[in-house]
Order: sequence, then structure tokens, then C-alpha cells
Amino acid sequence: MHNIVTIIKKELARFFKDKKLVFTTVLFPGLMIYLLYSFMGSGFLNKMEGDSTYIPKIVVNEIPSEIEPLFQETKYDFRGFTENELDAVLTQIENKEIDVAIIFPENFEEDIQTHSQIPNVEIYYNSTKSDSSSAYRALIAVLSQYENTLSNVFDVNVDQSITYDLASEKDLTGEIFSMMLPMLLMIFIFSGCMGIAPESIAGEKERGTIATLLVTPMKRSELAIGKIISLSIISLLAGLSSFLGTILSLPKLYGGQMDGVNAMAYSMMDYVMLLVIILSSILIIISLISIISAYSKSVKEATTAIMPLMIVVMLIGVSSMMISDKGPSLITALIPLYNNVACMNGIFGFTLNPIYFAITLVANLIYTFIFVFVLAKMFNSEKCMF
Amino acid sequence: METILKVEGLKKTFTLSKKQMKLEKTKDKKKVAVNGISFDAYRGEIFGLLGPNGAGKTTTLRMIATLIKPDAGDALVDGSSIVKDPGAVRGKIGFLTSELKLEDFFTPNYLYDFFSNLYGVDVATCKSRKEKLFKRFGIDEFAEVKIENLSTGMKQKVSIVISLVNDPDIIIFDEPTNGLDILTAKVVTDFLLDLKKQGKSIIVSTHIFSLVEKICDRVGIIIHGEMVCADTLERIQDGMSMEERFFEIFEAHGGRIDA
Repeated sequence: MHNIVTIIKKELARFFKDKKLVFTTVLFPGLMIYLLYSFMGSGFLNKMEGDSTYIPKIVVNEIPSEIEPLFQETKYDFRGFTENELDAVLTQIENKEIDVAIIFPENFEEDIQTHSQIPNVEIYYNSTKSDSSSAYRALIAVLSQYENTLSNVFDVNVDQSITYDLASEKDLTGEIFSMMLPMLLMIFIFSGCMGIAPESIAGEKERGTIATLLVTPMKRSELAIGKIISLSIISLLAGLSSFLGTILSLPKLYGGQMDGVNAMAYSMMDYVMLLVIILSSILIIISLISIISAYSKSVKEATTAIMPLMIVVMLIGVSSMMISDKGPSLITALIPLYNNVACMNGIFGFTLNPIYFAITLVANLIYTFIFVFVLAKMFNSEKCMF
Repeated sequence: METILKVEGLKKTFTLSKKQMKLEKTKDKKKVAVNGISFDAYRGEIFGLLGPNGAGKTTTLRMIATLIKPDAGDALVDGSSIVKDPGAVRGKIGFLTSELKLEDFFTPNYLYDFFSNLYGVDVATCKSRKEKLFKRFGIDEFAEVKIENLSTGMKQKVSIVISLVNDPDIIIFDEPTNGLDILTAKVVTDFLLDLKKQGKSIIVSTHIFSLVEKICDRVGIIIHGEMVCADTLERIQDGMSMEERFFEIFEAHGGRIDA
């Protein structure tokens, strides 16, 4: 135990005394995710809403009298045009000089009143110009509203003061978070582990510093446990940084579309279980990366060899979107990494089966012990170490 | 004289990669690096292993230090077997070789404490030993400087000091003065003689004849993985200089001096 603590202290000292390493491994990922998602969110929002000071230019052949007041409410710049000018108008839309052209068929109002035939209104726009797209959507809404008033037989959910969606804030939060966050968490955890483990094991081999440790009376298993624990602590910090960056920036990423979603819906117990399951995932991933690193001759070789594992972890992360409402079967709790994703899904979706959670923790601990044993054997193998 | 190291029939064969086979100009995938080496080292003496590059000196020392396992044979280090109880052997020896590197990021002070901890040396003993050794090698002046900023000689001094954190009775130094300037080489040589005076047993491998003549009590000559002779320095020299005698023995055992 004494030697394990000594190794952990040395590894942590190596990490925390290197300010550049702390910044790039722990602070930078969270900060980058927050800034990136926030910028992406505001970019999406701008794209969706268009320029608020801009007045879209709309051309229309002839506005029916009943529709005119509805169009005027939009405060758009309406101008008329003749049928002869149609080609020129369409070219102008293509060139983004005009936003929308509306063509009402002849006898539009008469057809509506007599029901002799269904008139077709044509609206031309340019989807690559956001102002054109938003004006198109607004005009479609106006015309649909007008159409509803013509044939209104019954209404659905017309009373805006009543909340018809009975999903609670908790349900909504669970639904959204359980789909996305397990996958993002697994990717962040893996990135954190990948950033430090190859350097700590393959790097030490490459530099010849691990041999200096191997001539001491310390047991190989103590070295393996010490390395895995210290690397797990650092990876946990890296993973949590990315997680916090994601949680804080998600509302910005989704603009106003995450109304009703609230991370405070989770209890302290949920957060503790999440932390435990993150730790369990880190132990498995760090152990696997450590074994690959111990087998590799250099950091470069280790990083290349780890890539297939990264793809597997990402695919397993995506599986959180496919877990049914019934939840996964108990036997899957024995599959490392998938069991972590399923538990995260259960925690975020408030559907976690405690037995599944317990089996996952025990199974992953057993796997970690096996991996530590393998790593210790590799530290003892001159073929692997020299 | 008390035997502190008994080496019996150590054998080690390496599998060569294609690149190594090309370099060695051989079609044989196996290379016998050490072929049944046996010798004894006594308490309080300096035993020198002399031989050309690739003769098997370093491999022999790495096996004694338990870094690699022998294919056959054994060695008893102060009664502990390198095969059956490598952990005990590691606690009894101090090992220095060029392949053991120190982490660049740390300072000599930090590394000394770290390795003392791994050897289970108590804090007070660690402190007093560190003071003496750092003073002896002048490490005090750069005790808080990161290894990456030290010269080759400074690094070698730190490596020597760290190999002695557990105050071992048996010290194994593989080419300790290799690549050092003449001043640092003298500091190291004088230190080895001091250790001998303290009753330590030292096994040193080298191909520097003057070093052998200056410090060794007994010498073993390794050629092509075999110990061709092991005796006192006087008997090995047989009235000749070590250099003359070595090449005589070398050629007598099939060695070729290529131009």
C-alpha cells in the first residue's frame, strides 16, 4: 500500500506541477466545449431568426383583399409585379436581391367562395438566404392561418392558458439528457484517458524511466495499481471538466428550445451514482489503454493502437439512443462499457434499475482487477518492457 | 573471504528482429548473449567485468539486477536467488546502468526522496544519507534544478546517488564513467574506491583498461558471452599491462580485431 501511495503521489505531482499540462488536460477541454457550443448555439439562433432589423422584400402579383391586412401585420416590404416580370423576379430571388415572390392564381377569391376548384398559391424563395427562408416560413404561417379560418369546423388545443403536454420537467429533462449525455460523457472520458495514459506508460518506456522503477523492490502489481489509480484521478478531472462544459453550454446550444429541461431535476443521489459510474468507466478505459500502452514501444505507437478502441467506445456511446423504455436486460450488465452507458442512460432518464447498477459496478471491478493483473504481468515481462 | 555474489551458469538467448539480423549479418534468429557464465564476488572487493561491446557484460548485470530473467542458471545475491526471490535481490543491490533514466521533469531532491520511499527508507535516514551523498557529489548546488536542465555529468552523479538510496551492500555499476568528462569520471572513480573502503562489494563492467587497473581487485573477462577467465588483477595481468593482456586473451579465444 505504501508503494502504491508513493507512485500515486509521484504521478499526481508530475501532472499538477506542470501548469501547461493541467491547462491542456483539465481546463482547456471544458472551456473549449463551453465556448464552442455557445458560439454554435448563437450561430444557429442567428441563422434561424435572421437579421431582426432587416425588412424582407416580398413581391406579389395581386394581394386578395381578405389577405391584405394579414400581410400588412408582418411589416414586410410588399411590392407588386406583373406576369411578364416573373422571370426577372425569379432571377432576382436566385441572386438574393428579392426574398419571396407570391403568385395568387386568377379568380382566387371566387374559387374559394364557390369551391369550384382548389386554388394553388405559389411562393418562391431562396433557402440559402436565411432572411428569405424565415420570410417564407412566416408567410406560409399567415396563409395557413387564413385557410383555417375559411374551413374551421373544430379547434384543437386552442386555449393557450392550458398546458396540454403533461410531461413533467423531470420527464422532459430525462428524455433529452438520457439520449445525448451518455454518448458525450463516454467520448469525453475516453479523450481524457487517451490524453494521459499513453504518455505515462508508453512514454516512460520510451524514455527509459520505467526501468528505473522496475529495479526497485516495489511489486509490479503495486506499480500497476498506482499508475491506474493516479491516471484515473486525472482522467476523472478531465472528464468532469468536459461534462461541466457540456451541461453549462447545452441551453445555449439549443437556444430557447430546451425550455422545461432543468439539470436541477436530479437529486444528490443521482449525481453520486453518476460520479460512481463515471469512475467505473474510467477504471475500465484507463486499464485497457494502459495495457495497450505497455505493449507499445512508443507513445506514437500506443496512440495509433488505441484508435480502434476509441471507435468501439464511441459506438457503444451511441447505443444509449437505442435503449428501449423497458431498459436493458440484466445480462448486459456484464458487458463492460455498454453497462456504463446503460447505467448513465438510466440515471439521466430516472429509470435506473438498482440491481443493474450493482451488477455493473461489481462486474467492472472484477474486470479492472483482471486488467491490473495483466498489466502487472506485462510490467514483469522483459519482452514488453525492453 | 565471504562470497556475497555467486553466479552459476547464467544463460540468456535473445530473439533477433529482422533489422537486428541484418545488423548482425546473421540468418540465425536466436542470439546467445550469455552462455553459462559463472563467477563469485567477495564482500568488500571491486570485481571488474571486462569485455568488448556485445560480449554479454550488460546482459549479465541486468540478469543479476533482476531486470531480465535468465534462460538457465541462477545467481545468489547475499543468499537471495535472482530466479526465486527477485524482490529480495532488488532490495539488496544498487544498480546503475545507462538504460535507467531519471524523469526529466523532477529535481534531484524530489527523485531522491521518491526512490528512498520506494525502498522503504525512513525519513530521518533518508535525510542524513541525502545530505552526505549530495555533498560528496556537489549535487547541493543543483538539487532543485529539473533533470532536463542538467549536464550529462550532473545527471550521472544524480543517477549514482539514487542507486544508493538504500545503502546497499552490493553495488552493480554498468560502465559508470562512460561518456563523462575527465573531472566527473575521477569523482566517480574515487567514490567507488571510497565505497570499497566502507566494506561495500562492487561489480563494475567496463572496457576502460585504466579503470580496471586502478580500482579492481579481481577481474572477469567476457568474450562472446562466455567468461574466459576470472581471477585477481595481478594473476590476470601476469606482468603485462591490462590492455596487452586483454588482447592476448581476446585473440586466444577467437576474437578478431577488425581495422
